[in-house]
Amino acid sequence: MKEYQTITEISGPLVYAEVDEAIGYDEIVEIETAQGETLRGQVLESSEGVVAIQVFEGTSGIDQNASVRFLGETMKMPVTEDLLGRVLDGSGRPIDDGPEIVPEERQDIVGAAINPYSREYPEEFIETGVSAIDGMNTLVRGQKLPIFSSSGQPHSELAMQIARQASVPEEEEAGEESSEFAVIFGAMGITQEEANEFMQDFERTGALERSVVFMNLADDPAVERTVTPRMVLTTAEYLAFEKDYHVLVILTDMTNYCEALREIGAAREEVPGRRGYPGYMYTDLAQLYERAGRIQGRDGSVTQIPILTMPGDDDTHPIPDLTGYITEGQIYVDPDLNSQGLQPPINVLPSLSRLMDDGIGEGLTREDHADVKDQMFAAYAEGEDLRDLVNIVGREALSELDNKYLDFADAFESEFVDQGFDTNRDIEETLEIGWDLLSMLPKDALNRIDEEFIEEYYREEDSEREVVEAAD
Amino acid sequence: MSKAESTETTPTEDGVIQSVSGPVVSARDLDARMNDVVYVGDEGLMGEVIEIEGDITTIQVYEETSGVAPGEPVENTGEPLSVDLGPGMLDAIYDGVQRPLDVLEGKMGSPYLDRGVDAPGIDLEEEWEFEPIVEVGDEVGRGDVVGVVEETVTIDHKVMVPPDALEEGETTEVTAIESGSFDVTETVAELANGTDVSMHQEWPVREARPSENKKTPRTPLVSGQRILDGLFPIAKGGTAAIPGPFGSGKTVTQHQLAKYADADIIVYVGCGERGNEMTEVIEDFPELEDPANGNPLMARTSLIANTSNMPVAARESCIYTGITIAEYYRDMGYDVALMADSTSRWAEAMREISSRLEEMPGEEGYPAYLAARLAQFYERAGYFENVNGTEGSVSAIGAVSPPGGDFSEPVTQNTLRIVKTFWALDADLAERRHFPSINWNESYSLYKDQLDPWFENEVADDWAEKRQWAVDVLDEETELQEIVQLVGKDALPDDQQLTLEVARYLREAYLQQNAFHPVDTYCPPEKTYLMLTTIEAFNDEAFRALEAGVPVEEIVDTEAAPRINRIGVQEDYEEYVEELKAEIADELRSLY
Repeated sequence: MKEYQTITEISGPLVYAEVDEAIGYDEIVEIETAQGETLRGQVLESSEGVVAIQVFEGTSGIDQNASVRFLGETMKMPVTEDLLGRVLDGSGRPIDDGPEIVPEERQDIVGAAINPYSREYPEEFIETGVSAIDGMNTLVRGQKLPIFSSSGQPHSELAMQIARQASVPEEEEAGEESSEFAVIFGAMGITQEEANEFMQDFERTGALERSVVFMNLADDPAVERTVTPRMVLTTAEYLAFEKDYHVLVILTDMTNYCEALREIGAAREEVPGRRGYPGYMYTDLAQLYERAGRIQGRDGSVTQIPILTMPGDDDTHPIPDLTGYITEGQIYVDPDLNSQGLQPPINVLPSLSRLMDDGIGEGLTREDHADVKDQMFAAYAEGEDLRDLVNIVGREALSELDNKYLDFADAFESEFVDQGFDTNRDIEETLEIGWDLLSMLPKDALNRIDEEFIEEYYREEDSEREVVEAAD
Repeated sequence: MSKAESTETTPTEDGVIQSVSGPVVSARDLDARMNDVVYVGDEGLMGEVIEIEGDITTIQVYEETSGVAPGEPVENTGEPLSVDLGPGMLDAIYDGVQRPLDVLEGKMGSPYLDRGVDAPGIDLEEEWEFEPIVEVGDEVGRGDVVGVVEETVTIDHKVMVPPDALEEGETTEVTAIESGSFDVTETVAELANGTDVSMHQEWPVREARPSENKKTPRTPLVSGQRILDGLFPIAKGGTAAIPGPFGSGKTVTQHQLAKYADADIIVYVGCGERGNEMTEVIEDFPELEDPANGNPLMARTSLIANTSNMPVAARESCIYTGITIAEYYRDMGYDVALMADSTSRWAEAMREISSRLEEMPGEEGYPAYLAARLAQFYERAGYFENVNGTEGSVSAIGAVSPPGGDFSEPVTQNTLRIVKTFWALDADLAERRHFPSINWNESYSLYKDQLDPWFENEVADDWAEKRQWAVDVLDEETELQEIVQLVGKDALPDDQQLTLEVARYLREAYLQQNAFHPVDTYCPPEKTYLMLTTIEAFNDEAFRALEAGVPVEEIVDTEAAPRINRIGVQEDYEEYVEELKAEIADELRSLY
């Protein structure tokens, strides 16, 4: 391995060095500063004679006398089942004072794309115990379903609730071992305080022993954030597809990841795309999100719940926008519902799970699930619309049916959505609450539900039910 | 990409990699022409020449370039990026450069896409039963069909004289031809001018296949989707764009078209979209029945899947691969429909490559040639008279994914300048689960007038009038809704309240359609028409009752009318509709 003391330029997170041998694109680099500190980086561009290196820990302390070593390989993640229960930094080095990790394999962190032909279509219902998700936007194994939130919202609580409660009812009933659930938590640029909340929750519920935690905190180097999710997903793929775990990956906060991408793009003087983010951000994000899924002939799965805070709560911002185009739906955390005290404050209307249609129904959840969901969406949307009108004309000016829709919308929020972060509802309970609410509406307003199901589930005696407390 | 080595390949000098930056590699001393295919580095990654400046050649690489280093060799094939055309393209799934994904899985022995593995687009060893339709001594011209191969249960693959084997208008004599079992590389017919015709052709993807001329399309591409057939039809040989924000149902609409459109051949291009969506197609289509003949849908379908995490350069080429395959089947006289989901990802791939080349950007960072590329693509669609005298069509339907759902962005705008059908997806409708969430106020079809005669002949002679009636009611509703937003529905006069009620049936029963319901998912034009006439019948009876003094509340409160919402799910809809019309009339007349 050759050492160079040939740094010609240092700019932001980038270092340019002259070389006299061929250096591979994406190769890993070690830089030793005059003070004896070793920093790590990656080759961003390789030309004859000169390479551009992105330094993960930041370039402070590097001078032109620093020595540069090229390790001759691309970035690898040492993987083993023993990672479960461990806490690592954003580059995959243990920070929990535990024993040294003896890797079984070292895998390239830039995962190759899964051949679409080899994938298995995800259709196993995951019961999260959250009605607004299970009932309205069902999550399935192998899905990528982000939480769209904004600053100051309880998205972490929601993510923790899902991580705690997620189970696959079918398998439990069949008596199969459902213990092979693992959570991999990737923190990118979150504060120490937020990180502590997650860690405490993990320790309190004993979830840590089936978890791997990667921590890149707000004061850790920003550039390292571009590596952290790849470390996380490489570990997830290993556990899922080689060790048969059902892995739930929580990545927070994707916004910080994208900021890091932008920082590198700017330092390289690239032509920027929208709002200064690099033009390849779609491809880059896709290379992360698409690493969720199932593979034919493998028992495990990778399910992703990335969390992102939308700048200005604006979902047309490039980060949520590009994410929404790649992921299979999204869950919106709504500041208005949060200020009303709903827990979790999920706004189901813009939320969506693209894979739910194949994951629900007879034999999976319940035969009436799809119809109930459609009807509740329609009725809640109708009620939401009418709220604007009520502000202008008052309730008296509305027809009886319109008033029922308004009551429905209120009850939907207070009884269906607002269940608390500690309540775990099974799907049966969720759907029954759904029917309680739908029975507030007259039968012939339920035009999305099969007549057969109305016969079976509609609560006749409830049709005149007063929901005064909800309307207040 | 084509593996079938052509004999004309001239041996060329190997070049040397000078620099690597993501998918863009530049090489020194490579003797290459623009758009030549090259193999890059020790692993032989496939790439294409996109810029030549002095002795520096710039290459976009169709595979991941991690670890590739300067100094490694670049080998030129001397040929442009081409597709292999021949039997075996249906019921197949390809990546963006026509490598069959099932073959790759076997060759790589892994569910992950490895690098540097190539495979021909069609199986070169599989034998097909060739049946000649010309005899020795017959005169044939370019593009003429010399024989037929049963490619799938649905489609007879026609073996044609390559269009570049003869000059326009020139003919030559068939000197040898025989039936029997052949693989695609074997000669099945010999022509007097020295051409050996096999079942295999190659064609450069960036070049349109020749045709005699383009005609005005007059037959609709019937989709079985009420809002499309009923209000905004597309012609066979037409172009359409489906723009919409995420979650508004672009992909479901494209899937519905791929499943139910009455084209002979479907080419479905998944361009930079989700892996699981392509898997859904791969799993569903073999099990679904072709509505025309009950055969498996895959028997008429060719899939191209270049998902968002697959190399970006191959995403740029996948659209061309798709349209070239479509044109080839068109030459056989088939009606082909091509779905591209999504053209925005294609445009972004161009942007990404362009920015790595440090080209001067146009609007929003897209290259200045974006509009030209989009136009070139859509111009390859149309209703054609082929060089062999048959008629065939390529319909192109492109999904567009505008950032933030804003239709003023460059890809949507440049697409709208070219396409003649516009199906605008609407986030508000999607939020209230009104699917397909196609906005009836914003969408349009410029084919309506030229397609009306077909509908009038085949379905009902007042097809166009009925459509106009529905459009008028929906327009009136839009205006009335503005007032309702201010003062509430009850403040409107009775007749306007009734119009709102009729419009509600149009929206909920007619315009909405459940893609996941086994019956409602496909609605033949006859049913679309009957549904509309039922709503109109209700309209007429209701207004008659109103005139006779029946209060609007009572009319709205009747029991028969809400069953209009269930016509969609009826299999025996004709009977149902007859009874329903009678009941609606009876009930309303009993009120006065």
